[in-house]
Amino acid sequence: MKVAVLIKQTPDTAELPKITVDEARSGEVGATMVLNPWDEFAVEEAIDLADRFSCESAAISLGRVGETDALKHALAMGVDSGLLVDEQVIGDGGEWETAEALAEAVKIADGEEGVSLVLAGKMSVDGNSGVIYAGVACKLGWDLLVNVTRIVDIVDGKLIAEQVFEGGQETVETPLPVVVSVAKEINEPRYPSFMGIRKASRAQIPVLGEDELQVGPSSTVRWEGMSKPEPERVEVRIFEGSTVEEKAEQLADALLAEKVI
Amino acid sequence: MASTQELLYTEEHELVRKMAYDFTRNEVMPIIAEHDRNHTFPYELLPKMAQLGFLGICLPARYGGAGMDFHSLGIVSEALEYGDSSVRETIAVHLALHALPIFQWGTEEQKQAFLPDLAAGAHIACFGLTEPGAGSDVSAIQSRARRDGDSYVLSGEKMWITLADVADRFLVFVKTQPEDGARGISAFIVERGWEGLTTGTLEGKMGVRASNTGWVNMQDVRVPAGHRLGEEGEGFKIAMSCLDNARFGVAAGAVGIIRACIDQSVQYARQRKTFGKPIAEHQLIQQMIAQMQQDLDIGELLVWKAGLLKNRGERNTRETSMAKWFCTEAARRAADNAVQIHGAYGYSDEFNVERHLRNTKSAVIYEGTSQIHTLMQAAYTLGMRQDRPVRCPMPAYDADAWQEDE
Repeated sequence: MKVAVLIKQTPDTAELPKITVDEARSGEVGATMVLNPWDEFAVEEAIDLADRFSCESAAISLGRVGETDALKHALAMGVDSGLLVDEQVIGDGGEWETAEALAEAVKIADGEEGVSLVLAGKMSVDGNSGVIYAGVACKLGWDLLVNVTRIVDIVDGKLIAEQVFEGGQETVETPLPVVVSVAKEINEPRYPSFMGIRKASRAQIPVLGEDELQVGPSSTVRWEGMSKPEPERVEVRIFEGSTVEEKAEQLADALLAEKVI
Repeated sequence: MASTQELLYTEEHELVRKMAYDFTRNEVMPIIAEHDRNHTFPYELLPKMAQLGFLGICLPARYGGAGMDFHSLGIVSEALEYGDSSVRETIAVHLALHALPIFQWGTEEQKQAFLPDLAAGAHIACFGLTEPGAGSDVSAIQSRARRDGDSYVLSGEKMWITLADVADRFLVFVKTQPEDGARGISAFIVERGWEGLTTGTLEGKMGVRASNTGWVNMQDVRVPAGHRLGEEGEGFKIAMSCLDNARFGVAAGAVGIIRACIDQSVQYARQRKTFGKPIAEHQLIQQMIAQMQQDLDIGELLVWKAGLLKNRGERNTRETSMAKWFCTEAARRAADNAVQIHGAYGYSDEFNVERHLRNTKSAVIYEGTSQIHTLMQAAYTLGMRQDRPVRCPMPAYDADAWQEDE
């Protein structure tokens, strides 16, 4: 068995507000690029599962050639190998093409052991679509589990996991292979180790380009425009009154009027 | 604009930098202001730092260390002090002032015996040189040791000892031949629990309040001869070499303070408005921020230079002294300016900058006061001081050999 984890390199969340529309459109983002925070949970789970079940783990990312910070971070955390999919293979495509490219990369990463579990984070902090892993499952023809908070066991070709939904939690069993999107409650991502850092800094990450992957334009959705939301206007009101009760009453009225309470 | 990091450091160093700064932001910064306010030591950080390898970062793997280089030690020191000086001090004292001296001066038997537990954090260690009546004037120490068969019997008092009440291993300097002055000093590794050894905490510090500072008292403490580090009479040289290690961490840490002051001042100056515009647009605010940036750029280069010499195994007393002197004074300026930029808010502990200002006052005193470094640098330039080779120089860094387990 081999565990593949899908990751994305995204801007540091603290720097997201600084990114301009032009940067987002061109992809030339002048921000610190990091491993998508949601994906850290998936990477941690991949490393943990590799330890628990004595198997290999591989991180796969779609991005620009040379932009390997997220993959190096995953390697430094302890993932066994990394694979970069050149984003050129999807051209102007969107989520659907991304999912297809990643699904093809999973097949290539298969190797001798065979990938039977694909992990992914809930969403990316820049795209926010939260659908890529579903597309990957669809393209691979595998089952999909979402919001997984615990992988209980992998036994007899089945994966047993706990997943949460609105108002509850359930334990499910599904045959491998399967795509799993993890929730942040699943674990606490580790820091890279010095040994991992050394391995990552020396690693040569293979790139899959158009020679290795053929992704056809299949999506009918295209970006026609992009703009930043208008900044929210914040109004400060100070309630005057001779007593605390009087001020509190005014505050409660205002909150009711705004439908906050 | 290329940063110093991009120009001078490797990808490996950048991964270390990200990891160490992530650790500081996630683990140190959320808790340290409260520890500082309460004068309490952040014990909860020790196992985390040990697990990540911070406590033995630049010790070879065969002694339990992480096998990283001295630049990495500087980067981790910088990142930790970005959060608070007290956390960086723990690394400086435990590693640079205790474990590294054993690595440099110890016998192979001592290295095997002591270093793995220090690197793993199973033991926490400190350094006892200063006494109530002897600080900069090391030769004035009054602690004594007399040989008694296979042991030495140590007596004396050490003062202003970082981690005194936390550590369970102490590298202490005492006179075995009092008549020989500095040449009569020897170094010993003493363990908590040995009869006659007591420690206590000093209260009322202006800064580094989340660090433990105290005293170590020795009343006829019997120490096996195998716990003597180096030869009899070599203690002064060992102590000075220890300072070369620790001052490097202090200098790098001070760079972290400058960076923290810049980040916080820039953020505040962009938000705070006076006379109808952000204070960042006022020229006298800009002057202070420009001064901080200038100091940061110079400080980074001085630290890198000292780290490079350490990696090469070359004597670096002058360069490390210069880095420590400049960076700590620059950090004090930066923290002072950061408080000024924050105005009345900066004077309260609602913001971190007043803590940095209090902390930087200690940094220009410990590990050689700025005055001592001034005299050292003058002596080098005037040709009045020359460093002679020591019997046991710090080995040059070897990326492959230091990573080997055996």
